[in-house]
Amino acid sequence: MIQAGTDFVALLRSWGLDPFATGGAPVPIPVSSPPITHATTICAIRYVDGVVMAGDRRATAGNVIAHRSMEKIYPADRHSGVAIAGAAGAAMEMVKLFQLQLEHYEKLEGVALSFEGKANTLAQMVRGNLPAAMQMGLAVVPLFAGYDLRRKRGRIFTYDVTGGRYEETDYQAEGSGGRDARTTIKLGWHDDMPRAEAIELAIAALFEAADEDSATGGPDPIRGIYPTMATITADGFEEIPEAEVAERFGALIERKRRQSNGNQPPPVPARRSRARTTEGGDPA
Amino acid sequence: MSMPFYVSPEQVMNDKAQYARKGIARGRSLCALEYSEGILLAAENPSEVLHKISEIYDRIAFAGVGKYSEFDALRRAGVQFADVRGYQYSREDVDARSLANAYAQMMAHTFTNEIKPLEVEILVVEVGAVAEEDRLFRITFDGVVLDEDHFTVIGGEAEPIAERLKQSWQAELTLADALRTARAALAGDDRAIEPAQLEVAVLSRANGRRAFRRVDKAALEAILAPTP
Repeated sequence: MIQAGTDFVALLRSWGLDPFATGGAPVPIPVSSPPITHATTICAIRYVDGVVMAGDRRATAGNVIAHRSMEKIYPADRHSGVAIAGAAGAAMEMVKLFQLQLEHYEKLEGVALSFEGKANTLAQMVRGNLPAAMQMGLAVVPLFAGYDLRRKRGRIFTYDVTGGRYEETDYQAEGSGGRDARTTIKLGWHDDMPRAEAIELAIAALFEAADEDSATGGPDPIRGIYPTMATITADGFEEIPEAEVAERFGALIERKRRQSNGNQPPPVPARRSRARTTEGGDPA
Repeated sequence: MSMPFYVSPEQVMNDKAQYARKGIARGRSLCALEYSEGILLAAENPSEVLHKISEIYDRIAFAGVGKYSEFDALRRAGVQFADVRGYQYSREDVDARSLANAYAQMMAHTFTNEIKPLEVEILVVEVGAVAEEDRLFRITFDGVVLDEDHFTVIGGEAEPIAERLKQSWQAELTLADALRTARAALAGDDRAIEPAQLEVAVLSRANGRRAFRRVDKAALEAILAPTP
């Protein structure tokens, strides 16, 4: 009648609800099937009060933009957050399950899991998703970050598809634009950064990633869509208001514009290229 | 092989009920009452770690009196029931009524089929978006569900305490007034309960998604301090 454990996934299985079920026999996805929606660039940076997490808003399906306003940063509980890259459907399900697992444990035991315990729980979930990742290409690579109340500092964990768990000391970025974001952070990071500087660095990292990677969305002032960002400190998970993010992106774009003023190559006259195509003389 | 003596079903049920009542009467009582922001739960409980009142889901709390191991097992089953249901459907589909029914089934089954009945009485309370949607369910050891209005009491001295609350409870009490009302009702006229002896929690509409909050001893002392 009553189980003594606190494992929410095991509990769901005992009710006949297996969250990692792949639907029986392995089904490799045929080449002709519609592409799966993927979420792209996410990053986390440790600073003096905790960590800042940021993610762009674009989701792609093959070479098509599937969503322009996707959320990739979620609170896992009061003092931790999870960001997702990879197959969006599987990733969102994993986040939901992870949030429920942390809350389930907290309610049953009366205390929250340790930070280490939360990181390990997520590793088990990523490993649980391995069959789906291998058979159907639904790989999920989360980034877990938060404030460790016992060690009194921000901490960041990354995962590989097999559930491997790696602690990063200072910062990390994942997803298709992760490499560009990481390089930007690497050049600007230093120990004991204040909040404002860490947010600036995350914004610069996402901007550079969007500049180089087609699957990463940049700031979209036309629709008013900006990357989502959150800080996690001893006071808990706090989303940074969109107005503040928009203002900081505006300032960054203004700086970029000033930097490149005067060095712009003259725009290519449109008429000449049209004339060439009508003549059909240019083989290139 | 010896033949068991015949005992009438009526006698069996009476004996079980008496046994359960005796067990419940040994413990201190607990009450829940509506106040301006939601529902306040207060229990006489000297322990700071063995809780009688706890969170089940976003807007639902649980309280039990009687044998700790038994009502704690019921609490865990309730958390599991609510979390699975919320995962399967949505968070909005978890409500106190279905949980109270599930408890009633479980407790009635134990009462009729097991040799020893549960020596517990429990409350399942839910705070609504407005006071009219607040729900207070009281479930007895034999699985009887009672849908109560405004306030409810469980435990050995439930009746006199409920009588006192009937006199003192008013609509739209502040948190401090509700707490004083609950303390006075639990204590009665001839004694006073120290803040250290109280376990208090609220389900408040002001708390966001997870409405449940414990009121810790320091806050209790501040609220209950005699005004100079």
